[in-house]
Amino acid sequence: MSEHIVPWCLMCATFLTVLLLIGIFLFLFLSSLRAFREIALSEFFFGNNWNPISYHTPSWGIVALLQGTLLVSTVALLFASPLGLFTAIYLSEIASPPLREILKPTIEMIAGIPSVVLGLLGLLFLAPLIAKTFHLSNGLNALTAGILVGIAALPTIASVCEDALSGVTLRYREASLALGATRWTTIRWVVLPAALPGITAAIMLGFGRIIGETMIVLMVAGNSLALPRSLFSPVRPMTATIAIEIKETVIGSTHWHSLFALGLILFLLTFLVNFVADFLIHRRTL
Amino acid sequence: MFASPILAVRHLNVWYGNRQVLGDVTLDFAPHHITALIGASGSGKSTFLRSVNRMLDTIPIARVEGEIFFQQHNILQEDTDVIALRRSIGMVFQNPTPFPKSIFDNVAYGLEIQGIGHPRRPWWTSRHRSSTKFEHSHHPLDIAVMRSLKEAALWDEVKDRLHHSAFRLSGGQQQRLCIARALAVQPSVLLLDEPCSELDPISTRHIEQTLLRLREHLTIVIVTHNLHQARRIADTTCFFHAGSILEHGPTQTLFTTPRESLTHDYVHGHFG
Amino acid sequence: MRLAQRFHERLAIGCCRMSALLTVSMLAAVLLLLIFSGFRVMNLHFLTANWQHMDIAQGGIFPALFGSIALGIGVITVSFPLGLATAVFLTEYRPHALWKRTVQLAIRNLAGVPSVVYGLFGLAVFVQTLAFGMSLLAAILTLSIMTLPWVITAAIEALEAVPLHFRESSLVLGSTHLQTTWHIVLPAALPGSITGGIIGVARALGETAPLILVGATFYLSHLPRSLLDPFMALPYHTFILATQHSSPVAAAYAAGTALVLFGLTVLLCSGAILARFWFRKKKDW
Repeated sequence: MSEHIVPWCLMCATFLTVLLLIGIFLFLFLSSLRAFREIALSEFFFGNNWNPISYHTPSWGIVALLQGTLLVSTVALLFASPLGLFTAIYLSEIASPPLREILKPTIEMIAGIPSVVLGLLGLLFLAPLIAKTFHLSNGLNALTAGILVGIAALPTIASVCEDALSGVTLRYREASLALGATRWTTIRWVVLPAALPGITAAIMLGFGRIIGETMIVLMVAGNSLALPRSLFSPVRPMTATIAIEIKETVIGSTHWHSLFALGLILFLLTFLVNFVADFLIHRRTL
Repeated sequence: MFASPILAVRHLNVWYGNRQVLGDVTLDFAPHHITALIGASGSGKSTFLRSVNRMLDTIPIARVEGEIFFQQHNILQEDTDVIALRRSIGMVFQNPTPFPKSIFDNVAYGLEIQGIGHPRRPWWTSRHRSSTKFEHSHHPLDIAVMRSLKEAALWDEVKDRLHHSAFRLSGGQQQRLCIARALAVQPSVLLLDEPCSELDPISTRHIEQTLLRLREHLTIVIVTHNLHQARRIADTTCFFHAGSILEHGPTQTLFTTPRESLTHDYVHGHFG
Repeated sequence: MRLAQRFHERLAIGCCRMSALLTVSMLAAVLLLLIFSGFRVMNLHFLTANWQHMDIAQGGIFPALFGSIALGIGVITVSFPLGLATAVFLTEYRPHALWKRTVQLAIRNLAGVPSVVYGLFGLAVFVQTLAFGMSLLAAILTLSIMTLPWVITAAIEALEAVPLHFRESSLVLGSTHLQTTWHIVLPAALPGSITGGIIGVARALGETAPLILVGATFYLSHLPRSLLDPFMALPYHTFILATQHSSPVAAAYAAGTALVLFGLTVLLCSGAILARFWFRKKKDW
């Protein structure tokens, strides 16, 4: 008897799981539809002003928010990608096996640091440091946020790069060394090109992590809705906007739905980035 | 054919998808006999074995046609109680496959799932019980485990360490453990699929002697690549070739005066 | 030419060494700075006393600690059974390939979705539609959905690692599919599932953004008495202390709270990794 009930229960559990996982997209999508009934798409995507709580003419342009996200993400990516890649090369090609066994979990521990902790340390230490170095009034800007978000994404990039590099078969390296190439030449001309899909995937996954970062940007990015002019401008990326404004909205209002629309954009961006990265990792590797 | 075979196979055909692996196999198995199935790799011996205890059910692309009679019932029919069937027809595989449990729990598993509970012990006592305590126990599970391990000729080697993990045994001992495990549910037929192929000669000898003893109350069907083994222990031998039985009969006859030339070539090592 | 090449080689490899060193030193820096800022407030009183809103130097973070632990227990209670059941269904009962592909696609891509988006979903569904309000229950359910992909991935990996012959050996003894799964497969897969799941829970406990949306509070007069009560939590507490509190010692208290949070995360992750080593040693297949 239980032989038939149990599989049926398991199927229901699986169905519930699928429902929950897909439900996120559905909710965001439906809420966004409601938002776009009130907001013109062109204004949303191309308007410079984001001022939803203005009494007379609320404006819904997300360009400033998008630029904030992109600015912080670029800084983070430029910071974390080379660092992550070179660290991965060290781990996979240069470090001795016992050292690798210790270093790899240590670096993955960084991924376990809650982002609010990184934000706090940024507030207490990094922001004043940057303010002093560049003679600013405070250090709450895209640069500070970018560096910290880069630190948060570092373990992801390093870890996936390392997987890609160690996945390159030993034969390629042996063949290269047998031809008289040095270690670095082998890495540069044989291993790296072979691992390129995996490395690209690593950077994309890091990018996904970076776009989605909320707490760090909430705490140190400066929270300004003006179009950013430089690295030292305070910004407010999309994620921070959602977190800040959700408390100020009326449930069911256009403002409320517009935040869900922002969430949808974030969801689609990260979904796309992860999908491509996943494809790059799981297609037949060399 | 025999007067009252314990197992009677009639026109058995098996396909894996579109590929036919067994064609029109008809065979009887006499009770209390050891039958050896010999033949080259891929000739269908293991498939035949697995069709007898309905293990082909676990392979989605397998299709079975024909009849297999066991205890006056065609076991290939839909309404067969497959669970009870597998308790009556046991199987031992090529690689020793003990569970990640203690020696005792391995042998007891087949009975535990039938609902025979563990002997009740307070949790603060150690799991280790001396062999004498064991021998005097009246609990049905203890009695069954001891009996099976003795039948498999493993009792003396493990009686003082029944709580040890089964993986601490050697390969030969693990295979005897698997035999004990199969014997615990008291089958009437035991199927063995190349049980000694991974073992050294001494362990092989142990198992062969065990099988000869078990013949008294069991029917044994053994697939083997070792022709010497077949000659040593089998009463009847069947030669499989390309999915059908080319020849079968008393072992001595098959080996010394085979009817078919292919049989002759195989037993003299010209192929396979 | 040779010399220049050697120099080039040395430089490149030195670069890699420096990168690894820099990365590790960042972790060390985070640890050290955190301890430096927060250790002044760390004492037993800090951990066990109730939160005093007016004069935070008098109070402690016990309600936040309690809240986080309650969250952790709640997330484990919801996500483990659901995730394990899904994993068992997909690996042991061989449903139509579409099930498995859908779940795997959903998991792989949802693991990358920002936590603030999960917060939005939790807000819309649990707080509003199901009317649980800003409560412990809503937060537990939201964080459970976040943890679900981790639990399922770990469980599927552990289940697929169980050798096929275990299942076959069980079936030939006359056991049913359910008995085989329950007595043989699950016990063998449980250690791997649990360690993977615990790391997922540790990540969920460190998340602040969903809590901002689904509603941890900063000021609470009593511990939550039921699942529908509001609650405090360590990450949210850290956030408010760091950004919105006016007291001069707020920074130190924020650091202290962050230290406790980080300590909790490290404890859980280390526990999981140690457990994995211990099980791997015990495992003899």
